[in-house]
This record gives sequence, structure tokens and C-alpha cells, in this order.
Amino acid sequence: MSVVSPGLLVLADGEEFEGDLFGALPADAAVGEVVFNTVMSGYQEVISDPSYAGQIITFTSTQIGNYGVTPADDESDRTHCRGIIIRELSRTHSNWRATGDLNSFLVEHGVAGLAGIDTRRLTRHLRDRGAMPGAFGPDAAVVRSVAAQATTTDGIDLVATVTGTHRTVSSTNPEAQRRIVAIDCGIKTTIVRHLAGLGTVEMVPASMSADDVLALQPDGVFLSNGPGDTAAVGYVVETVRNLLGRVPIFGICMGHQMLGQALGASTFKLPFGHHGGNHPVRDLVTDKVEITSQNHNYCVDLEGVADVAVTHINLNDGTLEGFESTAHPAFGIQYHPEAGPGPHDSQYLFDRFANLMDAH
Amino acid sequence: MPKRTDISSILIIGSGPIVIGQACEFDYSGTQACRVLKDEGYRVVLANSNPATIMTDPDFADATYIEPLTADVLERIIERERPDALLPTLGGQTALNLSMELAESGVLAKYGVEMIGANAEAIATAEDRERFKVAMIEIGLDVPPSGTAHNMVEARAIIERIGLPVVIRPAYILGGKGTGIASDSEEFERMAAIGLDASPISEILVESSIAGWKEFELEVMRDHADNCVIICSIENVDPMGVHTGDSITVAPIQTLTDVEYQIMRDAAFACIRRVGVETGGSNVQFAVEPGTGRMVVIEMNPRVSRSSALASKATGFPIAKIAARLAVGYTLDEIPNDITAIRSATGEIVRSTPASFEPTIDYVVVKIPRWAFEKFSGTTGILGTQMQSVGEAMAIGRTFTEALQKALRSLEHGRSGLNADRAEITWDQMPDAAVLVECGRATPDRIFAVESALRRGLGMEAVYDSSRIDPWFLDQMLRISEARLDLAGRTMESMDRRSWRDVKRLGFGDSQLGYLWGENELAVRAARLAAGVEVTYKTVDTCSAEFEAETPYHYGTYEDTTEVGSSSRDKVIILGSGPNRIGQGIEFDYCCVHACFSLAEAGFETIMVNCNPETVSTDYDTSDRLYFEPLTLEGVLNVIDAEQHSAAQGGGRLLGVIVSLGGQTPLKLAGDIPIDLVLGTSAESIDLAEDRDRWNALCDQL
Repeated sequence: MSVVSPGLLVLADGEEFEGDLFGALPADAAVGEVVFNTVMSGYQEVISDPSYAGQIITFTSTQIGNYGVTPADDESDRTHCRGIIIRELSRTHSNWRATGDLNSFLVEHGVAGLAGIDTRRLTRHLRDRGAMPGAFGPDAAVVRSVAAQATTTDGIDLVATVTGTHRTVSSTNPEAQRRIVAIDCGIKTTIVRHLAGLGTVEMVPASMSADDVLALQPDGVFLSNGPGDTAAVGYVVETVRNLLGRVPIFGICMGHQMLGQALGASTFKLPFGHHGGNHPVRDLVTDKVEITSQNHNYCVDLEGVADVAVTHINLNDGTLEGFESTAHPAFGIQYHPEAGPGPHDSQYLFDRFANLMDAH
Repeated sequence: MPKRTDISSILIIGSGPIVIGQACEFDYSGTQACRVLKDEGYRVVLANSNPATIMTDPDFADATYIEPLTADVLERIIERERPDALLPTLGGQTALNLSMELAESGVLAKYGVEMIGANAEAIATAEDRERFKVAMIEIGLDVPPSGTAHNMVEARAIIERIGLPVVIRPAYILGGKGTGIASDSEEFERMAAIGLDASPISEILVESSIAGWKEFELEVMRDHADNCVIICSIENVDPMGVHTGDSITVAPIQTLTDVEYQIMRDAAFACIRRVGVETGGSNVQFAVEPGTGRMVVIEMNPRVSRSSALASKATGFPIAKIAARLAVGYTLDEIPNDITAIRSATGEIVRSTPASFEPTIDYVVVKIPRWAFEKFSGTTGILGTQMQSVGEAMAIGRTFTEALQKALRSLEHGRSGLNADRAEITWDQMPDAAVLVECGRATPDRIFAVESALRRGLGMEAVYDSSRIDPWFLDQMLRISEARLDLAGRTMESMDRRSWRDVKRLGFGDSQLGYLWGENELAVRAARLAAGVEVTYKTVDTCSAEFEAETPYHYGTYEDTTEVGSSSRDKVIILGSGPNRIGQGIEFDYCCVHACFSLAEAGFETIMVNCNPETVSTDYDTSDRLYFEPLTLEGVLNVIDAEQHSAAQGGGRLLGVIVSLGGQTPLKLAGDIPIDLVLGTSAESIDLAEDRDRWNALCDQL
């Protein structure tokens, strides 16, 4: 166990929280947009999810690190978040799958941590005031000054920082011979694993043009999850617009929002955001309720958009969780059917994508 | 789909007298069901032989029969009342078995009574262990190797095939009656005979023993549209080999990765679907081999159980209430989650989230059973696959260490936490070898031996080898040991705000600290408060604060801010009766609940303090505000302080504390509560009646 040293978290609105630093100790301060997640298991998947680029993640679950870490659960080959905030770090871990402990994992990946704070007070504050920038580190004066100057991620192209180079992942199912181009805006490993069950996956940089995508002769195009504000990635939206009607498209999370924008929809910020593994969503096609993994602050507004149908809604607040184009073979899902972490209830959506590709 | 209109009257069977393995949790579930079904406009017919229950109060059902719970009597009730439906899943094993009897004898068919919730086929699949295993294998789930026997010859043949040790599990039994582990052939002969005798159909399952594996439980709910959710995940601190009702358990699960947890969740859904429980709650138990992660299904209860009561209180999700609504046709997404409901001034729900979700919690819950071996001569005090506890206490803390120590003092068995009290000397005087042996014996006191062994430095490995308690839990206990050694080496005066907060966050009670420092508990309290470290109350809200919740269901912990609200009404604190024990059972909960109802009617704000998860009093809607806290001096003084604080800030006045309705538990505290706050009989008069010497003197004088 690392030696604990006192640390202070300061939010942009001046709210302060005392705790102990762990993980990679920040030289001056870890700074980012402070968000929370309510999953009760799966901290490693969350920490390694590229969608959290630029953010500091607060876990509402109080005991973190209990089962250690294992490379098999990484959602990316490196971490992209700016820090994590927890109530208590386990100094030991116990699970047959573990290959190491969380603290060493964070040190290795350069992620700072703050433990021991009243995470419930912080969560209620973020719920009531909205996610906001903040900073934590060892020196109160430095942290206060950094926090006061911290800016939101609005308008910043974080996708450019997480997208990868063109690489091919072979189909894991000998029966599945489809070719899928996945536009990588920060794609999670679990999504790649699901897609590879449907065919060979060509993961391409977010900046690839529609013509270059089509030159790969895909049976379908997948639009991935990703960090930050879709307003900053207009170039991907443009690509999607050029692909519509020419190839079947499936978008998840940020991919869903980009598809919506390509079809003419706008997005708006939710009052509370959705951040957990327990949100009920109704599939309007089957009328079934599924428990879903969610992580988004923005929502697509289909008002006035022609040729679209709502397919999924969130039962907590009635907001849009999925839609399809009635003019083109394309659909989007706001939450995370791949899980990682989270329930498996929605994995049928990958089959829907397969069917869509086969039908076109 | 809305509720069913083709049925208008429903028969609910209670669980009868309190027996080991079946206690007031079924009063809790039955009461909830009666209330809900009446609210929905159904005529409720209730049969129960136990008059010490809330549910048998005249108000809760339209017709109440306090009659012996036998198939004959029930048939006569059915003949007279002609209910359209029978809800068999809320009255424990008693109601389930009686319902099966009524189905098999043709009584239900004869009078056209439909079983709702779970049908006879589903109950048989879950309860008949051989059928259950076949069903699980059929859906691709792993189970321990086993065979079914109806006599000794068949039983011996199974041993030839799978070898020893084995667990013997009789079919259709309650609380693990007649079950046991046999390690040699002599034991096997004896236990198999007992098992065959215990099963009403003379059937036992002989199963390869997986004692020492990790044990988990999932509480599942399903509606008739096949929507399934997990309400609560539970991990047993005691490994396989001890009945889950006799195990120390923790919610949520602590040592599974999400990958493993989701596989278990899928398996629980597959299980409830295959068994065919159409609507309502079920409990599915799993074992996991620590070194390989191999997961097997152990069993499933197709009904509300003691674990459901625990899961309800641990998460705020009212399983019995929702199960009753599901049984009459609602789906999960049609039922609002009471806890996140925001109501208008007139009480109407303005906004809420639906019950079709999975609670997520930002705290840790620990349940510890309470036994009464001292009352039964001839018992060994060794725990096994047969349930022996008479009650239980639950505690909530932000961390495992805090919840564990709170739960231990909630038991009212003379312990203040995980040792650091006078009783620890029993263990500390034992030689190292003996204490390690004690770590391996599943007794009610094993956990204290484990702490003593860890504290004297015998090592995690040695303690694990002996106890098979997961290293994560052992390390948590070691942290308590280390802090305690550190505390013993310092003085109360040397404690600064940070150190006070650290030890309170590890769950140490003021009385433990007083023991370590040779100080009076109240002196410790005074010093702590002077250092600015006072308890804060957080809220049980089913969603880890993701949504607003106004539900006044609180637990104490040591954080930055407190969430207690208050109305302008004058308020009264009612102290509950703690865990069930012999001589203090459900009747005191009955008294406390009625005090709540009457005071509320008279316009007072009611505040309940209790730590027994099986009770009606710890339902979040029984009182205006519930503190799920140990009934110790510290616990009660903290609540009084919090309520006086909110009174000082403009809330209603605190009129006082009712100590006379919860049995001996609150009476013992009466003397230390400020005298002007004790409502009703004074502490002095209580003492005069309770203290034998003073009582005798009084009698002589009179």
C-alpha cells in the first residue's frame, strides 16, 4: 500500500473536499470535469473507458479496489481519464482473476486518485449543480488556483486525443464473414469484441472520410462511443452524413448522437445526466424493459426531424435512448448495450445490427 | 398491463408461529401484501395462527382467520370465503407447503382458486432438489455432482459414485432442517437417516460437498411480461458449509469482478425463468470456487424469504409490496419507486422513477444472526447447513468495517464491536494453536477468534487456511486490529479531529474506545464532540444519490454533511426492540408499530430507531423517520442530538423518547437518557420494578 498523503479537491464553484491522495501523485493538480458513476462493480472498465477522457470520475460505490485488476477487463490499452475520486481504497485485493492491484495500475497509467472524501456529498452536489470542472492535489493554494481557472470540455475535440490508427481485428466467429468498419472515436474493447463476433472489424481513425470508409467495402459501419462534446467533432458528423443510405450504420453513445446530428437532430444537456449501470429502458419494438449501462450528459432531440422513429426510451425520465432512420438502414443507441461494465440485457442490439447488414 | 379485474378476492396464508428459521420477516411481508392488495381494491382474506403479528390486526385484511394452519382448516376457509386466488409466496415455507398440499389434493381446483405469483409446477421445480438440478443442467448451469435417494440403499449407491464428503439435503424442508455435511461413512449413515426422516416425502439429495467455497445470493424479481431485475446482491463472509441464515452476510457483493457478477446475474435470470416463477421475488444462491472462479447454483427459493426482508431493508426496495402488485398483474415499469417519488403538498406523486430498475447503494450493509445456544442445553454451538439462529441484526455503514462493528454491537449480546471490550479476554488468553482451531470452527463467536488471531500476528494465511473466510474480509478485520493496537498505545487527549474521524469510520464505538483507554463511555463521547467529530446521517435512497429522494430512512456514519430533515410538528422517538431473541420477539415490534400509528394519528411526527431487518417497524413507511441504528447508548444519544439539533433549527420540538414498548432493550437504556426526555414510566420506576432486590424490598415494605 502506498503512503497516504493529504489532498484537497476543489470544484469550480469553490466547494472543497478533504481526502488522501493515491495512485500517481499529481505534481501540482489533477484537473478535469468532475462526474460520477453509480456502478457497484466494474471500476477497472470505467477507469479505462476512453469516453472519460478529460474527466475526473467519482465512484459512488464506497469500497473500490477489492478485486484488483486484470488486463482482460481493460476497455482500452491506456487510460484517458484525469483522475478518480473514491470513499475507500482497498489495500488488498482478492479474486482469482486479479493480476495486480488498483493502486499500482493507476500509478502505471499515470492516473491520480483521491480517497476518503464524503463522496455522497460530492455526488449530491454534482447532481444538483451539474457536472463541473474541478482539481485535486496536495497543495491547497495551488489546487484552489487551478480549480478557479479550470474550464469545461465544451467545444474541445477530445476525440482527436483518443482515436487510434487503422487496424484490423479478425472475426472471432468462423461463420461470420461480414466486414465492419468501426469509426474509432475512443472505442471500448468490449464493443470491438462484440463486433468481431459479427465479422472482421476495420477500426479506422475518426478523421477518415466517407469515401475512404466506403473504399474498404464494408457491409456495415459502426460509430463508436467517445469523449466530450459532439459539437466539437463536426467532421465525423459530416462523414456520417455522407455514408447515410450507402451502407448500414449502427451508432452507440457518441455514435448515436453523431448519427442523430447527421439526420438533422440537435442535442441538449440533460439536467442530471445518466451515469450508472441500472437505468431501465423500454424497447418499443418488443415492449420489454432492459436494465442498461449509461454514461452521457447530452440527449438527442428528434423534434422536427423527418423519417425517424423512436425505438428506445428511458423509463426514469422519459428521454430518448434509441432511434432508427425510416429512410436509411441506420439506428442509434444512446446507452451501452455492450456492457463492460453492466448488465447483458441489451446485447441483442448487436444481432439487430447483423440483421440490418444482412438485409442490405 | 394494469391490474387484473377477473379476480376480486385473494387468500393470503401467513407463516404461523415463530420457529427457528421462520420469524417476523413473514409478518413484514404479509403485512405489506395485505396493505397493498387492499389498497388495490381486492378483498383480502388472511389465515394465520399467530396473533402477535401486525397482519392479524383487524384493519389489515377484510376477513382474518386466526386458526391452525392445516390443509383441513384452510379448505374450510376457502369453502366459506370462496377466494378467486391464493397468494402462496409471502408466508414462508409454511404457506408454500400448505398451498402445494391444497393444489395436490384438488382443493384449489374444486373451488376454482387460482394460485398467483408462483404455480404448483414452479414450486415443485424449485423445491424438489433433483428436479431443480436437472432443470439447471438443462439450461447449461453448473451444479455440484449429486444424486437423489429415497432410502439408505439408494443413498449408499450415490456415495459409491461421487465419494465423500457430501452434503445431505432433504426435499421440502424449512431452514435447512435435517441437512448436514458427512465426511466419513459413519457420519454419512447417521445423517442420511436423519435427512430421510426430515423430508415429508422421504427424499434426500446427496451432493458433493463444496464447503469452503465462497457463497453468494441474488434477490431477483420478475413480472409476467418477463422483465427481470436484481434487487440486491449478497456475499457471505462465512464460506459454504454454514446455512446462509446463520452466516454473516454483506451487501453488495464485495469480491467479484463485474465480468463474474454479470454472469451470475444472467444465471439467476435463467434460473427464475426455467423454474417458472411467473411474478414476484426469488432468491438464488451460488457458490464460487475461490481459486478457479467455477460457479455452481446451489438452490433457489421461489418465494419471499428472510433474505428478501434483508434485501428490502438493505436497499430500500420493498420486495413484498412489489411482489404483491406483480401477482395481481402489474408489470415492474407500471409501479412507481416510492423512495424516489417526489410528492406534492397533498401527497400526490409529482415525479418518480419506476420499480423496473436495480437499486445501487453507496454504503455497505452487514447482517449478523443472533443465536440462543445458552437456552438450549445439549446443543453444540457449531453452525452448519441447518439454520439455528433465532434472530438477526443489520447495520449500515459507509464501509464494511463500520457496518461490521455496528452490526456486532446491534446484536445486544454484550459485545461492543469486533473485540476491544471486556469479553475479548476469552480469546486473548487462548494459546495461538487453540485460537487458530477456533477460527476453523463455525461458531457464533468465530469472528472474535479471527480478530484475536489476526491481532496477535498469526498471519492472514494461517487464519485463511483455518477459516476459509475470504482474504478481503480478513484484511478488513486486520485493519480494525491494527487501528486498535495503535489506539491502545495512545491517550484520549492525544486524539485530534482527523484521528477521531478515522477510528469512527472504522466503526469503533465510544464504549470500545473507553475500554481501551480506561475511560467512561460518556467521557469519550464528550471528548469526541469537543474535537468536533459528530455523527452524520446519510439516506437510503435506492440510487446512490443519482436522483432526489425525500425518503427519511437514515443511517449514521462519519462524513461531512448530514441529510436529516424535519417537519414543524412536535416529535417523539420510539425505541424498537432490536434483534429477535428468546423472550423478546415480534410482540414488541407490534407494540412499537402501534405506537407509531397512534402518535401519527394524533398529529405527532414519529421517529423509529431499530436494527432488526425482519420487522414492520423498520419499514420506511411505518414511521415519519427511520434511523437504522444499533440500540446502544451511543446510537440513541446520537439520534436524540440530531433531532434536538433539527428542533433548534426551526423543526418541531422533541417531546421525548418512548422506552417502554420495545421490551428489555430500550428499558436498559432508559437510565442514561436525559430524565426529562423519557416519556411515560420514569427510569427510576422501571428500575424499581426490574431490579430484583429493589422489587423484593418494595414488596416487603408494602
